[in-house]
Formats: sequence, C-alpha cells, structure tokens
Amino acid sequence: MSEAFAFNAATEERAQTIVARYPEGRQQSAVIPLLDLAQRQAGGWLPTEVIEYVASYLDMPKIRVLEVATFYSMFNLEPVGENFVQLCRTTPCWLRGSDDLRAVAKDVTGCGLGETSADGKFTVVEVECLGACCNAPMVQINDEYYEDLTAENFRSVLEALKRGEDPMTGSQEGRTGSEPAGGLTTLTSEGA
Amino acid sequence: MLRDEDRIFQNLYGQDDWRLEGARRRGIWDNTKALIELGREKIVEEIKASGLRGRGGAGFPTGVKWSFMPPDDRRDGRPHYLVVNADESEPGTCKDREILRYDPHVLVEGCLVAGFAMGANAAYIYVRGEFYSEASHLQVAIDEAYEAGLIGPNACGSGWDFDVYLHRGAGAYICGEETALIESLEGKKGQPRLKPPFPAACGLYGCPTTVNNVETIAVGPTILRRGSSWFAGFGRENNTGTKIFSISGHVNNPCNVEEEMSIPLKELIEKHAGGVRGGWDNLLAVIPGGSSTPCLPKSICDTVLMDFDALREHSTGLGTAAIIVMDKSTDIVEAIARLSHFYRHESCGQCTPCREGMGWVYRVMNRMVTGDAEVEEIDMLWELTKQIEGHTICALADGGVWPVQGLIRHFRPEMEARIEARKSRTGAVPAQAAE
Repeated sequence: MSEAFAFNAATEERAQTIVARYPEGRQQSAVIPLLDLAQRQAGGWLPTEVIEYVASYLDMPKIRVLEVATFYSMFNLEPVGENFVQLCRTTPCWLRGSDDLRAVAKDVTGCGLGETSADGKFTVVEVECLGACCNAPMVQINDEYYEDLTAENFRSVLEALKRGEDPMTGSQEGRTGSEPAGGLTTLTSEGA
Repeated sequence: MLRDEDRIFQNLYGQDDWRLEGARRRGIWDNTKALIELGREKIVEEIKASGLRGRGGAGFPTGVKWSFMPPDDRRDGRPHYLVVNADESEPGTCKDREILRYDPHVLVEGCLVAGFAMGANAAYIYVRGEFYSEASHLQVAIDEAYEAGLIGPNACGSGWDFDVYLHRGAGAYICGEETALIESLEGKKGQPRLKPPFPAACGLYGCPTTVNNVETIAVGPTILRRGSSWFAGFGRENNTGTKIFSISGHVNNPCNVEEEMSIPLKELIEKHAGGVRGGWDNLLAVIPGGSSTPCLPKSICDTVLMDFDALREHSTGLGTAAIIVMDKSTDIVEAIARLSHFYRHESCGQCTPCREGMGWVYRVMNRMVTGDAEVEEIDMLWELTKQIEGHTICALADGGVWPVQGLIRHFRPEMEARIEARKSRTGAVPAQAAE
C-alpha cells in the first residue's frame, strides 16, 4: 500500500453516488459505505492511510473515522487472505454442526481461527450470527453465503476456492431459499 | 392453516421473479396511488384497527407509533424520515433477508405508503452489511421503482414526492436498536441514545423519525388493500395478523414460513418444519422468539401458542418469531453459553452493567458448561442477571441475560447435576474464574 491512496475512477463514481444519498452537510453518513468501498479497493483491509483518506474525503476528523473502523466487525484492520472465510459460531449454526466446519477449514486451508495461510489464499475467522439460520450451518466467504453445509460439501467449496474456481454459492443442497427441504408446505396454490 | 391467498409474501422462497415485472404480477404496486389517496389519518387509523404490532421484536402497536409523528398542522419545517430496520441480526432470525432478496418491491411499496402516512418524503433502509446480495436486489428494486415513476417526484402519480435510499451497515448487532441505528446512519459508532427525546420528536439529523422493521413496513399496503378487518381476522385479539416464522435448529426441515399468529408451536413445527428430529418426544427445549427470549421446556411447548400474550404468560416472548429447536442431544447449558458469548461480543460498551456484566455472565456460564462451579453460584448468576437487567440505556443487556434466566428457570436440575458430577469426578473445589 503506497501512501498516496486515492479512490480509483470506479470507486470515485460509486462514492459520489453514495454521498448524494444524504442531505447537504450530512456527508458523514456515508462513512460506513465509503470505508467499505475503500476496503475493497485496498485489498480487503484498511491501512491507516486509507482511513485517513476517507476522513479527508468526508471532511471528518481522523479519530471519528478510526472509531467507526474499529467499532464495526466488517472492517479489517489487518491484511486478510484472498478468501476471507467467516464461520458462523452462534447457537443455530452450532446446533447443526458448525464445529465440524471449523475442523474442515483447518484441514483444507491449514488455518486455525484468526490465521492466514502462508500463500495468502485464506483467512479463517469465527463470527457471530450471520442471519441465515434456516440454512444452517453456513459460512460467509468474501461477499457470498454458503449454506446448508456439511463437512463434505464445505470441503468441496474450500477445495474449489483453493484451485481458483468459483464454487456454487447459497444452499449447497439445492434449495432456492429457506423453503422446507422436504417439499413446499405453503405457496403451492395455482398462481401463488 | 392460513390459506395461500391470505399470505402477504407470495415469493418468500424465490420461486417467482423478484423484479418489478414479477412483483406487479403478484399485485404489488397495484394502484398504490389509491392507498395514498386515503390520506394520512385514514391510513394510520386502518393500521391501528388491523392490530399490527411491530415485527422486529418489541411488538409495539404500529399505528400508534406512526401517530407519534407530527401531524400536518404541527409541522415545524424539519423534514420527516422513515427509517427501515433491515439490520436483521437476532440469532435465529432470517425472515427479512427473504423479503429483501425475493420480494424487495413489497418493501419499497411499503416504504412509500408508510412514509406518506408519517409525512416523510424520504426513507432510508438500513441493511446489515453482510447481506450483500440482498442489498443488491433491493437496490435494483429501488432503481426499477424510480424508473417506473413509482417513487421519486410525484410517486405513483399521487402528488407526493418520495425518495428511498439504501444504506448498508458494517456488522454490529446493536445497530438493530433504533437509536443506535440512527447514530450509525449518521456516520458514527452505533451506540444507543437516551430516550426521551424519542425519535418521533428528534431522530435522524435531529428530525422527526420513525424506525420500523422490514416486515412491519412490508405488510402495510396489503393491509390497506384488503382491509384492517381482514388482517385482524387472523390470530387472537391483541395478537393479530399473519407473521413470518423462522424455524431453525433440530427440526427435519428448517424453514421460514408465513402463518397465522397464535398458531400452536407444535403445529407450526410439525406442519412446516417436518417435525422435531427424532420425533416430538425427542424435544428438549425451544427458544421461541430469537436468542433474546428465554427458552421453554417441552412440557410448555406441547401446548403453547405462538403469540405475544401466550408467550409472555410463560415469562418469554414472541420477539422476532424465530424458533430455535433443540432436541435431547443438545447440551442446553452450552447452547445458552454460546448466546452469552454473542451478547458479550455485541455489547457496544457504553453502559457499564452491560459492558462488564456480559463478560461476567459469559465467564460464569462457561464454568457452568463444565460444572466447574458451586451450586450456590447458580443463585449468584441469577442475581447477576437481575443486576444487569433494566440498568442500561437499551435492551441489549436485557436480551443478553434473559436466555440465562430461562436456563436457570427451567433447567436448574441439569446445571446442578453437572456440578455434582464434576465434583464426584475430581473431588476438588472448583477453580475460580480465570479472569
């Protein structure tokens, strides 16, 4: 990361669209979305100079932006791997076997919790509830959710990522959403 | 059982097109202008008459909440705002996600109608940051609605100007608390504000603001189209309407399902979720309304109805109607200890009883899991939860200690047995908490 961080043209355009959503003089409202854009451009984390850039972009004191960057869990203050693997550990996923997934992650990536693989391909962390409990257990990798996981299908997902492929996202058992796997019990009427 | 034609969320499972064309086919945006022409007062009256109570957890009557916004003759020049809480983060809850990704136009139309009813010309929809593709769908729906003249200047030809903006969060359970959400939307740490002043007097940017859950806002237009008595015809008095239930954990077919309020818990699980794994008799306990609501043992689950009042009678709550089912293989103490870990992690740190207390609760709970405790410490833990409850600015701490209270209320013998077993195994006095 060079010190002269600046939004590239694409990020700049998105940033302007976002800032325009808030009333005149309330640009600070855009700080979370802009930190998110900045993190994407900076490779998945927020070095100090990037935080400072966002502060000056929004005309905010640096400390106010740093406060936000440290408060919200989606901002990474240290580098992460190319695939940022977030294992949900909260009760609904745990009841359906999230502990097994941790073992699979370790086995395939070599990463324990909080670790990044030597080749920079993976970082593995545990996180709290990601809000897909009817498709538990689930894992978020970068922007995508991988749901209805088992030790076997999660292994396939990680191995595909390791090979540089794009594995299927969402339910790994072929569900469209959170309908009952045994067959629909509602919304079966004609025209429904 | 609720008939399909009485379900508001016709594309809950994403079987149909979620974009504008599909939405129109399902009756969304059908003469929305006529709903606005009812006028502010009439809309609020209808919502009150429908008995709709907030779907985000607290269950406050929605029409009453809307009526707190300054009426037209008492406006002081400040803009009014509708803020939609799509920060869905209560463990067990995953219903708003389905609306966002598979029926986003229901929400956008709901924003226009609700926004008009509170005199707002703008809505901000605060979506939890992790819901990336859900937020993308919502943004597409917003863009489509602008393009079609459904929102924007003279929305739906109603004469009312209305903007809808998406705002993505960045991972913080506390931002589901309405004043923390407002702080976050203003670009700050999500730390709750003291009330009063309430948001209806002084909310976003110091302006009159109402914060409502996604589902609450989304059901508005259908209630107005079909009439308050239609909606009020479902469920028991004071617990009316239809509701999306999220059923997770040890069931054969975890799912979201829209059902009638006051449906028996057992019927809900057996009819839609394929029953408890291993059969109903294999049930240990159910968390009935998201992680903050105390668990219920099987004996109560046998007959309890899923509504605000029935669950309150059993010292728990409907919350977000997220049902977490645990069968007899569950280590119930660890299941609750995991929730204590969650609340410790999510405490915003502002109030001492929560910031420090959640850590204490978690550490004691961890020892309860292994039995590395004295039986008297169960009483100490209970007392600790009572010292925390009600002593903080917001309800996060209450929600953090209620699961522990539910555990002690219904599973104390299990906790005691574990301590006795550990003692007979090691014969030693317990090690004190390491920290």
